[in-house]
Amino acid sequence: MSILIKGGRVIDPAQGIDEVLDVLIEDGKIAKIDKGLKGKGEAIDAAGMIVTPGLIDIHVHLRDPGYEYKEDIVSGTRSAAAGGFTSVACMPNTNPVTDSKSVVDYIVGKAAREGFVNVFPVGSITKGLKGETLSEIGELKESGCPAVTDDGRPVVSGELMRRALEYARPFGVTVISHAEELSLVGEGVMNDGFVATELGLKGIPWVAEDACVARDVMLAEYTGARLHIAHVSTRGAVEIVRQAKARGVRVTCEATPHHFTLTDEAVRGYNTNAKMNPPLRGADDVAAVRAGLADGTIDAIATDHAPHHIDEKNVEFNIALNGIVGLETALPLALRLVEDGVLSLNDLVARFTVGPARAIDIPRGTLKDGVPADVTVINPNLEWTVEPQKLQSKSKNTPFGGWKMKGAAIYTIVGGKVVWRRES
Amino acid sequence: MVFRHKHILGIEHLSRDDIQTILDTAENFREINSREIKKVPTLRGKTIINLFYEASTRTRTSFEIAGKRLSADTINISASGSSVSKGETLEDTARNLEAMHPDIIVMRHAASGAPHYLAERIGCSVINAGDGAHEHPSQALLDLLTIRQHKKTFEGLTVAIVGDIAHSRVARSNLYALTRMGAKVRLAGPGTMIPPGIERLGAEVYTDIREAIRDADVVMMLRIQLERQGKTLLPTLREYARFYGLNQENLKLAKGDAIVMHPGPMNRGVEISSYVADGNQNVILEQVENGVAVRMALLYLVAGGESKE
Repeated sequence: MSILIKGGRVIDPAQGIDEVLDVLIEDGKIAKIDKGLKGKGEAIDAAGMIVTPGLIDIHVHLRDPGYEYKEDIVSGTRSAAAGGFTSVACMPNTNPVTDSKSVVDYIVGKAAREGFVNVFPVGSITKGLKGETLSEIGELKESGCPAVTDDGRPVVSGELMRRALEYARPFGVTVISHAEELSLVGEGVMNDGFVATELGLKGIPWVAEDACVARDVMLAEYTGARLHIAHVSTRGAVEIVRQAKARGVRVTCEATPHHFTLTDEAVRGYNTNAKMNPPLRGADDVAAVRAGLADGTIDAIATDHAPHHIDEKNVEFNIALNGIVGLETALPLALRLVEDGVLSLNDLVARFTVGPARAIDIPRGTLKDGVPADVTVINPNLEWTVEPQKLQSKSKNTPFGGWKMKGAAIYTIVGGKVVWRRES
Repeated sequence: MVFRHKHILGIEHLSRDDIQTILDTAENFREINSREIKKVPTLRGKTIINLFYEASTRTRTSFEIAGKRLSADTINISASGSSVSKGETLEDTARNLEAMHPDIIVMRHAASGAPHYLAERIGCSVINAGDGAHEHPSQALLDLLTIRQHKKTFEGLTVAIVGDIAHSRVARSNLYALTRMGAKVRLAGPGTMIPPGIERLGAEVYTDIREAIRDADVVMMLRIQLERQGKTLLPTLREYARFYGLNQENLKLAKGDAIVMHPGPMNRGVEISSYVADGNQNVILEQVENGVAVRMALLYLVAGGESKE
């Protein structure tokens, strides 16, 4: 079995490649990247296309086991493939919680049998996500978890977060922080500010995020452990990470497409598809997140793909669940940043490939000879309109319905196999 | 002119002309309330459901009387707690009510935006009787009617609204209504009760009640609800009364003919002293009286009645 991708602009930031080249895939591995290659098998004409290492999303809720009515490993990885992602890291707030080898084994096994893309389960920091005792982080790593997080909640106790970092460090496990100071969040349901005032909704101030990011960055500095900050959304959080990196702290962070695209204005009309955590922020925060992506403070674009059933969104704003689906809209939203001159196409590809791969230390994100052939072929000029009902995800909770998009993955190749091919 | 709004979800969506029309219509209805036979056949055959998810005596009774005096059939539904704890979603409740073909649903709900949610999913008219900390349009309109009766015009008036602005739907609706009609609005309250950006809605913000009520034409006090707003916003009601309460002393700073308003229910001795509440500048019961006329006007106008020129 071989695939030859001919004449595309190959961008692999990990190797510093940005050139029109051919990519030859043989036996599931990258065999060669060069000009004028010939192959026996399938040929993909990639003239005018962009060929990149398979995109990686390190923040996805696959909802399996436990919440299969929202999403499962099959539908979630199909959604990932349709969005151009070849690897996803799934969050542990499943039922049962991904806090033991048996749950990790289930996810890894089902993904291998039925999934469309690579799945890297992220284990929980604390047993049952309760914030009381550490999960068996050593065995989680052994079973296939590159990282741990209590995503959806912060580790409230500073002491426990310190111990998690100290304990995870020798296992080479990245600790991912969902950073919010809950006492400052209170009953808030959207960003604290003028829009919340007008709508009469309780606000979540930026300081709730900044305070917890600062604590966790300092704990990483104190312990020397690897820390990754999930979904930064505020000017302060970006700045805290920027300064920490300058001091040599081993910290990385990610930002979501919705946090670099939308402001809290999107909540107007009590739009529950604009309700997420962290909340959509103000225009200056959006500008800061974009600047952080541009200067490399933010290592990865991650979607925080959070499928919810319509019954969980079609309710009063106060009680609607947080989050939106994101896998199938991330790439074109990110391409807008290139269009807007925020960052180069090269940097954009880096934030989808080598950046996230290094953040949680997974052997992906490059087209080096001999690595598993995960490749995404992108048509940067393909124009399409987001129709929520046509998304591959089981859930349709997106604020981008009706948006005109430019750019899409046309081939998603995982381990040398085409798992997704866009028809139009 | 024809009143074009099917729903009354908030003052935000009403123009100056709309407000004028409602106040003029209410003024016409006031006379009915002092007749011996307080009933006209205007809305005969219409069905009005008062759907109250939050406890209310004044507003619910006022809407009910308003409907009855216009000969509509009025039904009261009190639902306690949120839709989640009750097991039925708001959407299902809406559909079930719609199946009974009401003409108007008057809704109060603790969640900001709940009446908007209902209006998007139901064929009949929806009148917001207070949603969370968002809007309480009929309250603002009855306040305006009361102010107009005393001050004739809104142009050039200074209105001080004092209390928990952050959690007050009355404050927001009055702010929209008063600024739209040309009055100047001052807001005052403790630092914990002033929401961010409120000045962008056209208000002047004060932290000292004395500065806020100095030379004001109208002083409107808001109810303090310690049980609802949690214990972190204020040390004690005693201290609140000292720094933010209206009393005979600080009321002297307002214009000599200033009127004192309160949407009720009052906490005597907290946000308003009894001397002021019962004093000759208070118009609090006039507000309640005007409430019936304003709600008659709203029911009449959304039911398709044309305003009298």
